[in-house]
Amino acid sequence: MSEAVTQADKPPVVDNGPRDLFSKFDDTIRMRETLLASGVEDPFSLVMEKVLSPTRAICNGRDTILLGTYNYMGMTFDPDVIQAGKDALDNFGAGTTGSRVLNGTYQGHKECEQALMDFYAMDHAMVFSTGYQANLGIISTIAGKGDYVVLDIDSHASIWDGCAMGNAEIVPFKHNDIDAMEKRLRRIPEGAGKLVVLEGVYSMMGDVAPLKEMVAVAKKCGAMVLVDEAHSMGFIGEHGRGVAEEQGVIDDVDFIIGTFSKSVGTVGGFCVSNHPKFEIMRLVCRPYVFTASLPPSVVATAATSIRKLMHGSNKRAHLWENSRRLHGGLKELGFTLGTDSPQSAIVAVIMPDLERGAGMWEALLSEGLYVNLARPPATPANMTLLRCSLCAEHSEAQVETILGMFERAGKAVGII
Amino acid sequence: MDRAAVDSTIRSLIEPFNKKAVAVEDSTTFAGDLEFDSLTVMDFVAAIEDEFDIIISMNQQAEIESYGQLVDAVTKLQGE
Repeated sequence: MSEAVTQADKPPVVDNGPRDLFSKFDDTIRMRETLLASGVEDPFSLVMEKVLSPTRAICNGRDTILLGTYNYMGMTFDPDVIQAGKDALDNFGAGTTGSRVLNGTYQGHKECEQALMDFYAMDHAMVFSTGYQANLGIISTIAGKGDYVVLDIDSHASIWDGCAMGNAEIVPFKHNDIDAMEKRLRRIPEGAGKLVVLEGVYSMMGDVAPLKEMVAVAKKCGAMVLVDEAHSMGFIGEHGRGVAEEQGVIDDVDFIIGTFSKSVGTVGGFCVSNHPKFEIMRLVCRPYVFTASLPPSVVATAATSIRKLMHGSNKRAHLWENSRRLHGGLKELGFTLGTDSPQSAIVAVIMPDLERGAGMWEALLSEGLYVNLARPPATPANMTLLRCSLCAEHSEAQVETILGMFERAGKAVGII
Repeated sequence: MDRAAVDSTIRSLIEPFNKKAVAVEDSTTFAGDLEFDSLTVMDFVAAIEDEFDIIISMNQQAEIESYGQLVDAVTKLQGE
């Protein structure tokens, strides 16, 4: 706009034809070209040619241990889960071709929602086609014009996009800072609706939120509370209900958002709640209404998996052993980690910069190990991270093999 | 607090964030002239919010591009 003021009414003569709408991506294109020019294997176009188990696949032609899949409980190859999916394919077909509020609600969708209500011991459950849509839909719908959403600055993209899609006033606070959150809540004009959005486990660093204190403060300030428990379902808390359960505040949480694409082992998202008017969401929440529902096979695998997760305490214990061993082992080797102690099944290894991070990622891949390379802007403080997520199906021996791979790769790249 | 007083308070708050000691005028922009990234913006906004006991929501921040606009917005907000 400022440019326009200094220019005549006549449109400027353009040498290179009309303005290319893609020119805004030039910086990203350049960053990617620079990275690939260094000869590194492209970290963002890996192909898994064959998946052998929840922990092993053939990636770009190599037999690879998977340590970056969020498949925490290893349910993707559970025989009961697979059988449920096959039966649903046979009996209900490949897809619903319809919205949940029209022709897209099958028996299986209701059974899946019942499994969630039983799992969380809550009155209402609503299944979305993805976890992203669950956050997008719930946040943008319940916080309207004149309301305030107070959220952690390190919130997941789906939470930010839910904020951007709605009409509420958006007020972020410093990551996990109880005091900063309280100050902002107290400054909100009297009478305004308030929604506090938190996550149980933050997926970039693998750290846990002080939900006990934060939920108490939010309630004291008269706010409703939404907690995204995507990275804790199935293994944190006595019944695997997440960080809010473990810290004893689940009864004060108004909405829990979760996903089927992590511990549950398929795809889909959900919101569970005890709010007496919750069911109206099915009619007013656009990302729920204006999209096709999940295929019958997906809700059947999800429901079976959720019910099995209720009895997963042995697997849960093994997942924690794996997380502690990997965290302790990497620390001993001299890597810088996202958290001082293991707080979840995510272990984030902090890289000095994107170039060496990509080098380390490639060195690990040629050792036969897949981890996630996370880079700005998805990461807090513009860090480059190698994010490892453990699985209950990783054997003790695999974890030792992984540590050996990290040691060799780290020395080769000069990080340790 | 009148506009001049708000100006002088924000001027002192901005100092630790103005790493390249850019001369700050009303037309100075945060993204362009001061090269603030999103993290710097968050810390700077938090400092102002705490000093004046106000909220500057992200919706309001989106309208503020220059130093002068910020001083105007804070003057208005703390008067409310």
